[in-house]
Amino acid sequence: MSTTRRAAPPPAQTLPPVTPKLAPRSNPMQPKPPQPPRASLKPPRSADRTRRHRLTTGICLVAALGVGLVAMTAGSADYTILEVIQVLAGRGTPAQELILLDFRAPRVVAGLAVGASLGLAGTLTQTFARNPLATPDILGVTSGAALGAVAAICLGGGGYAVAAPLLALGIPTMSTVGAVCSATVVYGLAWRGGINSYRLILIGIGATATLSGITSYLIAQAKITDAQAAAVWLVGNLSGVSWSSVWPVVVVLAVVAPVAASQSRDLAVSQLGDDLAVSLGVAMQRHRMIVIGCAVALTAAAVSASGPVEFVAFVSPQIALRLTGAARPPLFTSALAGAILVAGADSLVRGVLPGERPVGLITAMIGAPYLIWLLIRHRGGTDGL
Amino acid sequence: MTTTTRPVAALDAERVTLAYDQRTVFQDLSLSVMEGQITTLVGANGSGKSTLLKAFGRLLSPRSGRIHLQGKALRTIPTRQVARQLAVLPQKPLTPPATTVRELAARGRHPHQTWFRPLTSQDTAAIDAALDATGLTGLAGRDVATLSGGQIQRAWIALVLAQQTPIALLDEPTTFLDLAHQLEILHLVRRLNRDHRTTVLMVLHDLWLAGRFSDRLIALAGGQVVADGSPWEVLKPGVLRQAFGLEAQVVSEPVTGSPLVVPAAETVLPHDLAGS
Ligand SMILES: Nc1ncnc2c1ncn2[C@@H]1O[C@H](COP(=O)(O)OP(=O)(O)OP(=O)(O)O)[C@@H](O)[C@H]1O
Ligand SMILES: [Mg+2]
Repeated sequence: MSTTRRAAPPPAQTLPPVTPKLAPRSNPMQPKPPQPPRASLKPPRSADRTRRHRLTTGICLVAALGVGLVAMTAGSADYTILEVIQVLAGRGTPAQELILLDFRAPRVVAGLAVGASLGLAGTLTQTFARNPLATPDILGVTSGAALGAVAAICLGGGGYAVAAPLLALGIPTMSTVGAVCSATVVYGLAWRGGINSYRLILIGIGATATLSGITSYLIAQAKITDAQAAAVWLVGNLSGVSWSSVWPVVVVLAVVAPVAASQSRDLAVSQLGDDLAVSLGVAMQRHRMIVIGCAVALTAAAVSASGPVEFVAFVSPQIALRLTGAARPPLFTSALAGAILVAGADSLVRGVLPGERPVGLITAMIGAPYLIWLLIRHRGGTDGL
Repeated sequence: MTTTTRPVAALDAERVTLAYDQRTVFQDLSLSVMEGQITTLVGANGSGKSTLLKAFGRLLSPRSGRIHLQGKALRTIPTRQVARQLAVLPQKPLTPPATTVRELAARGRHPHQTWFRPLTSQDTAAIDAALDATGLTGLAGRDVATLSGGQIQRAWIALVLAQQTPIALLDEPTTFLDLAHQLEILHLVRRLNRDHRTTVLMVLHDLWLAGRFSDRLIALAGGQVVADGSPWEVLKPGVLRQAFGLEAQVVSEPVTGSPLVVPAAETVLPHDLAGS
């Protein structure tokens, strides 16, 4: 074997004066008490970026609220934003209150909460795996949740009104079970003393195909009414939501979001690779479990409320990433982007497009081309994809 | 050395077996890293230098045996607490996207920060000092992805410096650096060691630099320590032949009098030392 191990290092800049560095004037391990003025040395970039990040997040927050309000106006009965605000303030007619508060509000809240949950879940998995393709959709979590829910619909007899209360409980439970199982299997198969995102994604794609196959089989076997219900549900649909199906996703979001936020700094550090992350004091095993647990809970909750709304988990973090110019998809902004996307797409569905198209159709129409564009553009990245 | 106290082990491996899936790299190896010393691991590619360093840095847990950090079993100490004692620069860290040099160095403060506490003035001072010591102050605002190999390497070292730990494990800290910068980094390492009694365990490939800057060298080959001692004790023709398959003479280098390895005219033996 040769004893030379690497090609010569790239020629660096012309040699800087070495001697001043050798003098024991600067003391690297100890802060120097009299700080010399360093005004000119402060990098402008990160400060700029922080400002841009805050500004973007603020705009997204306002936009999400705006979309929520506009979404309240969209639908068969037309209301102006002013009327909506009046009703929300408790000064509407009983008819207005019925339509806006009992029918429309749950749908709008569901759109916002589902979008935020999916956006957050996608951010967690993409950051965790250091790969934009690693989303709950692709990793099999969504299809696991979908399979669980379809099983509840088809095997639980969802076509009958009698079964409705049962389903309200059964769908969230079953989709959680499905999501947890598929996540465990995919993660377990991908684990090789660490997580390689390429491997994780390939196994996820395999799992997604398998689970979708089983789902199709269940639908093919089901009674025609159940099959229809399941098929509609599978495209991602907010038309059937009521307050009882909204609250689980809102509660899960409220509980999980702070937990996810607590992992933000560890996520940042683990971008440097597992070795360095451990070296910097990240308890990787616990961190991984928390991040995955959060993503699975959010996905299961969202899917049980609305069905699998495709591509939201995938595009929202990437949109937020590009808007903020951050180093990795920002948690909060991505959640807002998801909320805007789903609530916006749903009001488009209700207000503008003819007939009741499922919201998942719109998000897929945005997401799929974006995925293709990303695949074409993102070649030879960090982890093989 | 001016210290009169008897050397204490900063890190101590006790009959450890280190292995990846099927491949056992070390079996029942016992080795201590002494406090306040610069210890350098040398050996051919694949001889297990990084493996050993990772084990001491708790990045690889031994199949059997134990490692102690200042007398305490390493695996029982919370990892965050270890991170305030011991910094590791891995051989292949991932360069993160859209991150400035300063932000990268700031990651070194992670173990010192608590949940939701922004950088304190102490953190800022540590980062400034680390950037200054690595000569990166002027590049602080640059995206690390746009740096040259040597500049990135210095940014990683800045990160480790910002961590301000009493023990530093450095896997090939001088990779990609030109000779002047190699010297600069090693002078920096020595200064840390002399001024702050930082214990250093590092991997170097350049035997001349290893000899010049280390208190102790450990030569590894075939899953064994083949030589352990002062640079002059380790850099001997017999050891070089055993560890590297290299025929060489060792002469005294004129500037500092440390050993200088001069390979013979036709030297490299045609056998693979890396195989297990
Ligand atoms: N992640 C891994 N999985 C399996 N085997 C590994 C792994 N890392 C290292 N090895 C093997 O362990 C042995 C020791 O590797 P190690 O990286 O410690 O060598 P090294 O002395 O640091 O070499 P180099 O000078 O090339 O950095 C080698 O035979 C290598 O092939
Ligand atoms: Mg190595």
